[in-house]
Amino acid sequence: MSALTVLAADGEFEAPGPSIFNFPPLWDGGPAWASKPVLFALVGALIVCVLAWGAFARPKLVPRGMQNIGELGYLFVRDQVARPFLGKDAERWMPLMVSLFFLILLWNLFGVVPFVQIPIASHIAFPAVFAITIYVIKIYLGIKHQGFIGYFKNMMFPPGLPKPIYLLLAPIEFLSNLIIAPFTHAVRLFANMFAGHMLLAFFSMVGFWFLIERPTIAGAAVGVLGVVMTIVMTGFEIFIEYLQAFLFTMLAAMYIGGSLHPEH
Amino acid sequence: MTLGAGLLAAEAENPLIPHAYELIVGGFAFLVVFVVVGKILTPRIQKTLEERTEAIEGGIKKAAEAQAEAQRTLEDYRAKLNEARHEAARMREEAREQAAQIKAELREEAQAEARRLIEAAHAQIEADRRQAFTQLRAELGRLSTELASRIVGESLEDETRQSRVVDRFLDELESAGEAAVR
Repeated sequence: MSALTVLAADGEFEAPGPSIFNFPPLWDGGPAWASKPVLFALVGALIVCVLAWGAFARPKLVPRGMQNIGELGYLFVRDQVARPFLGKDAERWMPLMVSLFFLILLWNLFGVVPFVQIPIASHIAFPAVFAITIYVIKIYLGIKHQGFIGYFKNMMFPPGLPKPIYLLLAPIEFLSNLIIAPFTHAVRLFANMFAGHMLLAFFSMVGFWFLIERPTIAGAAVGVLGVVMTIVMTGFEIFIEYLQAFLFTMLAAMYIGGSLHPEH
Repeated sequence: MTLGAGLLAAEAENPLIPHAYELIVGGFAFLVVFVVVGKILTPRIQKTLEERTEAIEGGIKKAAEAQAEAQRTLEDYRAKLNEARHEAARMREEAREQAAQIKAELREEAQAEARRLIEAAHAQIEADRRQAFTQLRAELGRLSTELASRIVGESLEDETRQSRVVDRFLDELESAGEAAVR
């Protein structure tokens, strides 16, 4: 907030910009990498490991406590993500899907945790790591299961279409599968977190500015609206954060499933 | 203001360009989670879920088997009951038939016995009659002869005497006849 106040020091309200995602080192003179997102990325990974350990370290046939919650998440990933897109290979890919979903979900939820308040995925590097990993797995599996030529043939020339269509379709398919897909995969998650966080920052900034920084009678209504909207948007953000974690994992499963079993 | 200036400079940063250190940290975090959650913990819960499914399916199968067994026993029992009922009905019928038969036989026998007794009685009467007749005949002959001899022996002396003799004889005969009849 101090940064925002500084920016608005000249007495005029200024909406927060992309600069709110830039964090200085945690301590003065510290290295650039020792920043808040890095710290909480690691804390998030640790929390995921600890929670998962609590739930699944010694699983019981009749679940109790943490295991119930863990199984809820696990079964969600299995039944909504893995099984529909991976079919009989679902069990084999569950480790990757579970790791992806839980880590992304927790990192996203950091966006609404008080004092943390940074969705880790709003820094493109983090979703990029996931997207690149999935991209590499996708191409490796595609070539392994369909052959080098077969992979590209299945991708660019799906059978059963009139010949001239391929002139148009082949380049589009190539582009969308090999270049656009990984990019959108990462950017979809990143942009949702980025924009959501910006909205929250904006509304809380409105409330802060019109009720505390420059309280005026005319501005009070706007300030109250800002606070109300902050609360509403926080609820909405929780939903979006969960939805994006689900969507990212689902797309990962879809890409892997597509490489294992090309569409006929 | 140095902070503000720094932020303004940073604002020029493109949010779509990843920081190298964040890529490394992200990769590291992902790897740790993948190893701990994916490689160590997921197989455990997979195994447990599989065991649970087996346990539940086993339970269901066992219950179905028990039900089938109960059903079989019930059918057996019903069949046996039915059989017993039939058997009982059959035995009753048989007994009734036998009773009727025995009754008929007894009646027949009794009637035969009665007939036989009557016949025997008739035969006895006939025989007695015959015997009596025979005896009577012999007696009558003898008595006639005796009477005749007496009549001849006394000769025909006098009429009165003669009539006396005849009277006496007849009296004797009468008394003898009465005694014989008695």
